[in-house]
Amino acid sequence: MLLRYILRRILIMVPTLLVTSALIFTVMELPPSDYFETLQAEMAAQGEHADTSRIEFLKREYGFDRPPVERYFRWIGGFVRGDFGYSFEYEMPVRDLVGERLGLTILVSFSTILLTWLVAFPIGIYSATHPYSWGDYGLTFVGLLGIAVPHFLLALITMYFANVWFGLSIGGLMDPIYFNEPMSWAKVQSILAHLWIPVIIIGAGGTGTMVRAIRANLLDELQKQYYVTAKAKGLPPGKALVKYPLRMSLNFFVSNIGDILPTVVSGSELTAVVLSLQTTGPLLLRALQSQDMYLAGSFLLFLSCLTVIGVLISDIALAFLDPRIRLQGGSLK
Amino acid sequence: MKETASKDLLRIEDLHVSFAVHGQLNEVVKGISLRVPAGRTVALVGESGSGKTVISQSVMGLLPRNGVVHGGRILFADPAKEGKVIDIAALDRDGKKIRHLRGGRIGMIFQEPMSSLSPVHTIGDQIQEALQLHRPHPRKEARAVTEEMLRLVGFRNPHHSYDQYPFELSGGLRQRAMLAMALICRPALLIADEPTTALDVTIQAQVLKLMKELQSEMGMAILLITHDLGVVANMADEVVVVYRGRVMEAGTVDDIFRHPRHPYLKALLKASPDFDMAEGERLVALREVPPTAPPADLRHEPVLRAAPTPLLNVRNLRKTYGSKHGASIVAVEDVSFDILRGQCFGLVGESGSGKTTVGNMIMRARSADSGSVIFNDRTGPVDVLALQDEELRTFRPRMQMIFQDPVSSLSPRMTVLDIIREPMIVQGRGTDAEQKKRAVELMECVGLDPRFLSRYPHSFSGGQRQRIGIARALALNPDLIICDEPVSALDVSVQAQVLNLLKDLQASLGLTYLFVSHNLAVVHYMAEQIAVMARGRIVEIGPREALFRRPAHPYTRALLKAVPLPDLDRKLDFDVAFTGGASDPASWPEEFRATAPGSLEMIDLGGGHFVLADRACTARDVTAA
Repeated sequence: MLLRYILRRILIMVPTLLVTSALIFTVMELPPSDYFETLQAEMAAQGEHADTSRIEFLKREYGFDRPPVERYFRWIGGFVRGDFGYSFEYEMPVRDLVGERLGLTILVSFSTILLTWLVAFPIGIYSATHPYSWGDYGLTFVGLLGIAVPHFLLALITMYFANVWFGLSIGGLMDPIYFNEPMSWAKVQSILAHLWIPVIIIGAGGTGTMVRAIRANLLDELQKQYYVTAKAKGLPPGKALVKYPLRMSLNFFVSNIGDILPTVVSGSELTAVVLSLQTTGPLLLRALQSQDMYLAGSFLLFLSCLTVIGVLISDIALAFLDPRIRLQGGSLK
Repeated sequence: MKETASKDLLRIEDLHVSFAVHGQLNEVVKGISLRVPAGRTVALVGESGSGKTVISQSVMGLLPRNGVVHGGRILFADPAKEGKVIDIAALDRDGKKIRHLRGGRIGMIFQEPMSSLSPVHTIGDQIQEALQLHRPHPRKEARAVTEEMLRLVGFRNPHHSYDQYPFELSGGLRQRAMLAMALICRPALLIADEPTTALDVTIQAQVLKLMKELQSEMGMAILLITHDLGVVANMADEVVVVYRGRVMEAGTVDDIFRHPRHPYLKALLKASPDFDMAEGERLVALREVPPTAPPADLRHEPVLRAAPTPLLNVRNLRKTYGSKHGASIVAVEDVSFDILRGQCFGLVGESGSGKTTVGNMIMRARSADSGSVIFNDRTGPVDVLALQDEELRTFRPRMQMIFQDPVSSLSPRMTVLDIIREPMIVQGRGTDAEQKKRAVELMECVGLDPRFLSRYPHSFSGGQRQRIGIARALALNPDLIICDEPVSALDVSVQAQVLNLLKDLQASLGLTYLFVSHNLAVVHYMAEQIAVMARGRIVEIGPREALFRRPAHPYTRALLKAVPLPDLDRKLDFDVAFTGGASDPASWPEEFRATAPGSLEMIDLGGGHFVLADRACTARDVTAA
C-alpha cells in the first residue's frame, strides 16, 4: 500500500516538473530580446565591433534560429543526459559552472535547517510549557528580533563588527585559494571554519519563526483532552509531553519540509551576495539580470525539483507519522 | 461515625478550589464534603459550572494550571494498604506519589472518547502504557494482559483491535477502550466524568451495563459525574447534588429520588422531560424566562388545528456516499414523510442513522441522489430539489435551520446584531434602520435583552447562544424551521427553557418544525408526529402516542427500553441483552429484515401508524412479534 503510494507520487512528479519547466521556459522567452541581442547592443554602444560570426555560430549551435517549442525540447532533452545547457556570459557549460557551488549550497542549506531545528525545538518546548513566564517573554523577544531583522542586514552588521573588533574578514565559504580546487583536508577545514557564520545568519529568521510555530502548536496540543488522559494514567509530565502533544505537533513540521527546502535555498541569495558566499545564489541573480537563459532556467528548474522532492519527503513522512492519513484518494461530500 | 469513616475509600472534607483569572482568585468549589464508600457508586450531580468536574480533577491532581486547592483535605484510603490514608490535596502536583495513584489506584474516563484518546497511537499501545507504568510485565505478557482486558470490556476480537486506531472504532467501542485503559491496573476507584453523555441511548445502556459488571467483578468504587438524573437513578447507591460549588443535598439514591427536600433538586427533577408527560403539560425550567408576545408582522396566519394540511411532502429521498473506487455507503434510503402545517415532526435515530442528512437535503445543503421534496406554498406547490440559482435564493427564507452546537454555529467575530441581521442583509430585506429594529424585536421575542445586541457570542451562556441562533432563524420569517439537535449540547435546566421557548414560538408564530434528535424524551415532548430512523431508513412512523405506547419495530422498542428514566421503580433492565448494535438488522426478527431488495414495505397499523416490515406481513403479524 505504502510502496504503491510512493511509486504513484514519484510518477506524479514527472508531469509536475514538465509543466513547471514549460512555465519557466515561457517566462524566460517572454522578454522581446535574447542574450545575443543584448550583447550586440552593449558592444555596439561601446563602439566595438561585435564578432558576428561567433554569435551566429552560437545562435545556430543552440538553435536560436529554431522555433521556441523545439528549443524547449532540446533543453529538456539535455537535462535527461545531464547537459544543462551553456552559459553565454561565462562561456562555459552550466554544469561545470554550477558544479561545486551546488554542493556548497546544499551544504549551507542543510546545515541551516539542522541548526534551526536543533535550536528551535528546545526553545519552543520551553516556551510552550512555561507560557507567559519571563523566560518565555525573553525568548519570544529574541525570536522576534531574528524574524524582524533582514538577513543581509544581519550579515552586514556581523561583517562590520567582526572586522572592527577582531580584524577578521568573514566573507566567503572558504579561503579563496581553495575555490574550484580539488577537495582536500585543508579545504574541508577551511569550509567548516567559514560555514558557521552564514548558517547562523541565514538561520536566525527561520529559527525565530519556528520557535513561534512550535510554541503555538504545542500550546494548542497541551490543552487537548488526550494529554489529560495521559497524565491521568500516571505518566510523568516529561514523558507524557514527548509521547503525545509533541508527537502531534510534529505533523506541522513534517508538512513544512516541502516549503523549507526552496525557501532556504532561494531566501539566502542576498545574504550570499553580501557575504560573497560561493553558493548558487549570486550566480542566479546575475544570470537573471543578463538574461543568461540556460543558466537561469536550469537554476529555477533545480529549485522546483527541490520543492517537489521536499513535498514528496514530507508526504511520505506524514504517512508514516499519522495513521489517519488515507493513502487512497477519494471524495466525500 | 468512626466505623463508617474507616470503610470510606475516598473522603473529601471541606474542599475549596479557586481559579486565578486575570490575577483574581475565583472560588468555584466552596467547601464541599463527600465520601465514596469502597465498592459503591456515588453520583455527583449538577449542571455545567457547578464545579463537579473540578472536584474530580482535584482528586486526580489534574487541575488546570491556574487552579489551586486552598483548603480542605482529600483523603484516599487505599484498601491494598490497610490503614494508610493519603491526603491527595497535600501531595506535590506531578510528584511520584500522586503519579502512583493516578492510573494505578484511581482510574478515570472522560466524556468525549475520541478526543480523550491519542489519534496517532493504537489503542493497544495506549492501554498497555498504563499497565507498564504501574504493573510492569514482560512485553509479550503485557500484550496478553491488554488483550484480555479488551475482551473483558467487550471487544469481540481483542487481538485484532489491539492494533486499531481510535478513529477506526465507533463511539461506543472508543469508550470501552477508555474503560479498559482506566481499569487495566485494577484501581480501587474509578472516576467517570459524564461517561455516556456523548453516546447514543442504546450504546449508553451497554456502557452503563458494562461499568456495573466490571464493578462487581473488580470490586471498585465509582465516582460518577453526570447531569443526567436517569443515569443516576440506574447506577448510583448514593447521590450528591452540587450547585455553584456547594453541596445542596446528599443521601442515598432512595432518599434523593423519593424525598427530595432541596428546591433545587426538586426543580431539577421536574425540568427533565419524560414519557409520562400528558399532552400540553409544560416543563418547569429552573429559571423560567417569561415569553414576550412577538410582533404581529412575524406571525403567520392562524393555523386551523382541526384539519391541518401538509406543508412539506418528502418522497423517496436517497443519498449515497462513496469514493470512486470503493463501494458506496447508502446514508439515506427511501425516506418519505409529510409535515403538517403548524405541527412539529420528530425525526429520531442514533448517530449515523441519516437523520441529519435528511434535514440537510431538505435545506438543499446537500444534494439528494433521488427523491422529491414538495413545499406547499399558499400559491401552490414548490419542488424544492428542482430550484435553481435565483429561484432557490428567493425560496431560502421559507425554511431556516437551528443547529446543534451553539458555540460553533455563531461566528465569534460578529456581534449579535450582525449575526441576527446577516440573513436580512443576504436577502436584501429592509433598510439599515428596519433591520436593526427587527433585530431588537427578535431579541425580545427569544427572551434576551436587546441591549446585548452589541456584544459578541462569547459573553453568552450556551442556552443564551442557542436563543441567538433561534432569533437568527426567525429573522426571515420562515414557515418551516429545521431544528437539528437544538438542545443536546445544553444542560437539563437550560434545555427546558429552550424547549419551552420553541413551543411558545410555534404557538404564537404558527411555525412548523422538523425536529431532529437522538433524545426520545425531548422528541416526545415536542413532536406530534414521529419517525424513527435506523441505517438510513425510516423503520417506524406514527403519531406520538401510538409510537410510544405501541412500538412495533424491534429497533423502536430497543430505543425506548434503553432510555434511563429518573425513576427508581422503572430501572433499566440490564439483563436484556443490549449487546450488539440495536440498529443492526441481524438482531431483528425475520419479519423486519430485508430478504431481497424491495422486500420491505411500510405496513399500515391504523391511525397513521406505519412500520417497515416484510411485504408479506399483515398488521397483526407485526404487532404480535
